[in-house]
Amino acid sequence: MNFKLKDIGPQLLTVIAVVLVFGFFTYNAQVNMENRGIDFGYGFLSQESSFDVQFSLIEYDGSHSYFRAYLVGLLNTILVSVIGIVIATILGVIVGIARLSPNYLINKFAAFYVEFFRNIPLLLQIFFWYFAALRALPLPQDAEAMFGIAFLTIKGLYVPAFIWQNFNIFFYSIVAAIIAIIVIRYQAKKLQETQGKQTPVLLISIGLILVLPLISFLIGGVRLSFEVPVLKQLATTSFIYEGGVSLPPELIALALSLSLYTATFIAECVRAGIQGIGKGQKEAAASIGLTPNQVLKLVVMPQALRIIIPPTTNQYLNLTKNSSLAAAIAYPDLVLVFAGTALMQTGKAIEIVSITMFTYLSLSITISLFMNWYNNKIAIQEK
Amino acid sequence: MFKYLKQLTSLVAMVAVLFTFTTESMAAKKSKTLKNTQKKGFVRCGVSQGLPGFSNADAAGNWTGIDVDVCRAVAAAVLGDANKVKFTPLSAKERFTALTSGEIDILSRNTTWTLSRDADIGLTFVGVNFYDGQGFMVRKSSGITSTSQFKNGISACTNIGTTTELNMRDFFNSKGIKYEPVAFEKADEVVAAYDAGRCDTYTTDKSGLAAQRTKMSNPDEHIVLPETVSKEPLGPVVRQGDSVWEDIVRWSLNTMIEAEEYGITSANADMMKTSDNPAIKRLVGAEGEMGAAFGLDNEWNLRIIKQVGNYGESYKRNIADTGILPDRGPNELWTKGGILYVPPSR
Repeated sequence: MNFKLKDIGPQLLTVIAVVLVFGFFTYNAQVNMENRGIDFGYGFLSQESSFDVQFSLIEYDGSHSYFRAYLVGLLNTILVSVIGIVIATILGVIVGIARLSPNYLINKFAAFYVEFFRNIPLLLQIFFWYFAALRALPLPQDAEAMFGIAFLTIKGLYVPAFIWQNFNIFFYSIVAAIIAIIVIRYQAKKLQETQGKQTPVLLISIGLILVLPLISFLIGGVRLSFEVPVLKQLATTSFIYEGGVSLPPELIALALSLSLYTATFIAECVRAGIQGIGKGQKEAAASIGLTPNQVLKLVVMPQALRIIIPPTTNQYLNLTKNSSLAAAIAYPDLVLVFAGTALMQTGKAIEIVSITMFTYLSLSITISLFMNWYNNKIAIQEK
Repeated sequence: MFKYLKQLTSLVAMVAVLFTFTTESMAAKKSKTLKNTQKKGFVRCGVSQGLPGFSNADAAGNWTGIDVDVCRAVAAAVLGDANKVKFTPLSAKERFTALTSGEIDILSRNTTWTLSRDADIGLTFVGVNFYDGQGFMVRKSSGITSTSQFKNGISACTNIGTTTELNMRDFFNSKGIKYEPVAFEKADEVVAAYDAGRCDTYTTDKSGLAAQRTKMSNPDEHIVLPETVSKEPLGPVVRQGDSVWEDIVRWSLNTMIEAEEYGITSANADMMKTSDNPAIKRLVGAEGEMGAAFGLDNEWNLRIIKQVGNYGESYKRNIADTGILPDRGPNELWTKGGILYVPPSR
C-alpha cells in the first residue's frame, strides 16, 4: 500500500496541480470576460466579414463569411509555404553539395552564402527584400518586358495567363505518361534483378513525359494560347497591367526571403548527411566496379537521406511557421487576415487566437506525419 | 501517507487563496482602476506607435499630441502631476486587447467610436476629442484631383484592423470600382510602401493623412483629395465595468473643452477663481463640490487646465502649430461654428 502510494502519489499530485492551474485560468478568463461583457462563441464565423483581401486563391470578397476569410488566409499560408519549401529544398541540396565541392571558388561561395543568410534575422531579410529591393523595381510604365511577355514592376510580377482548350485531354496525357513511367521503372528494376540488364530509365521517362502531351496537341485538339498583360493607364502617372496573371510583390518577397533563409539550414543538413557516410562505403562500392554516379545513387544517397530527412523536417516546420511574419509586409496570410483584421473587427480574441494556433498545429503535424512516413519508407528494411 | 496529505492540503489551500483573491477583487468596489492608479503613482495610457499631432514621441522619448494630452489631463486630475503617465505604444491590432486585459487603463489612440466596438468587445467610449473622416491621398503628378477619377485596378495602401479597411470597401463598392487593398500592420510600413510607389492611393483618416504626409520623402508631391468618405469620431476608451473611472476620463476631457468655451487657459486659470461667473468658478474648483463624486479633491479640474491647458491650447500646440491641420474645421467650439459641445460641469 505504502509502496504504491509512493509510486503514484507524486504523479497524481502533478495531474491534480495541472488540472487546477488550467481550471483556474479558464475560470479567471470566464469571470473576467463576463465582468467586461464579452461574449464567448464561434457564431461570428458565419457572419459577413465586410472586408476585402488583396490576394486570394478562392473567390472571396467582403460579402463572404469570416470562415471564408479564414480559408483565404489558410490557403495563402499554404501557398507561400509550399513555394518556399520547394525552392528551399532545391537550393539547399545544390548548396549543400557545393559546400563539399573540391572546387575552391564554388566551395567558398556556398560557405559564404550559408553563413551570410542564416545569421541575419529573418524579419530583417523580409524587410530588405520587400522595402529595399522593391524600391529598386520600376513603375509599371517604365518596366522592360522580359522575353516580351512578362513584366516585373513595383506593383508585382505580371506574367501571361494560359488559356487552354480541351485542358482535360492534356491533363490525361500527363497522367498516362506518369503511369507509364512507373510501370517501366518497375519492369526495369525486375529486369535488372533477374537478368542484370540495365535499362536507360531516365531517358525513356523524359521521352514519355514530352511525347504523350505533344501527341495530345497534335491529334487531341488541345490548344494553348497566352493572354499577355497589357499596360493600362489609370491616371497621368499611374499605370497597371491588365490581363494575364499578377503575382503580388508581397508574395514574391516573402517566398524569396523564406526560401533563401531556410535553404541555408537545409544545405547544412545535406552536407552533414553526405559527410556522415563513411569513406569506406564509397571505396567499397568503387572496388566492386560501380561508377561514381552509381556510388552516389545506390550507396551514398540512400544512407545519407536517413540522416538528412529528420532535421530537414524541422526546417520545413520552421518555414511554415515563419511564414506568419507575412503580416509585416502585407501578404494576406492566416495571421494577417484572420488573426489580424478578423480579430480586430470582431474582437473575438480568444476564439480567433485559439483557432489560429490549432491551425498551425495541424499544419505542422501534417508535415511531420508525411515526413515521418517518408523517413520510414527509406529506412533500412532488414530482410 | 501523511506527508502527501500535507502537501495536498497546502496545494488546496494555495488554490483556495487564489480563488478568494480573484472573487474578492471582482466585487464591485468604488473604483478599482482609480485605486490601483493612485497606488502605482502613474496613469497607464495606450497610445499610437507614432502619429504626429495625436501621439508621437520625440528623440528623447517625450510624448506629445492631443491624444497624449487626454491621458496627461487624467494624471493631473488623479495624481496631481500631468507627467505621471506611462505610455504604451500599441498597433491598431493590439489596442483593444491591451485595454480589456488590463495592461492599460486608458486607450487614447485616435480610435473611432462605433456601435459594434462600444457594444461588443468590453469597451466604453467616453467622448470625442477629434472629429475626423476618411480621405484619400494621391501623388500630385497623377493628375487626380477627385475620387471620381479613380478607375478599376487602383491599388490602395492602408492599415489592418481599422475602420478604414471597412469604409474603403464600402466606398469602392458603392462606386463600382475594382481595387487592390494592400493592408499593413504598422502605419510606418504603409507610408513606406505608398511612398515607394506600391500603391496609387493611401487611405486613412484625413488627420492621419495630413500627419503622415509630413513623414514622406517629399511631402509636396502628395495631395489629400477633398472628399470625405466616412464619419470618424475619435476619442478615448476605457474598460467596461468601472463607471467611476469612466466618468473621471470623460470629465477630464470635458473640462478641457469647456475651459476653452469659458476662456480659461493654463495662464489665467488661477485668476479665474475670483470670476463672477459661477460656471467658471466651478471649472477651477472655486465653487461647488465637483470632485467628490469621483473620490477626488476639489481642484482636480484646475490642475488639468493649469498643467495641460484647455482644448484650444492643446489643439494649437499639437496640430495647428505643427502645420498638420491649421484649420480646426468641425473641431471648433459650437459657439464658433464647429461641433464641439460638451455637457456642463455642474
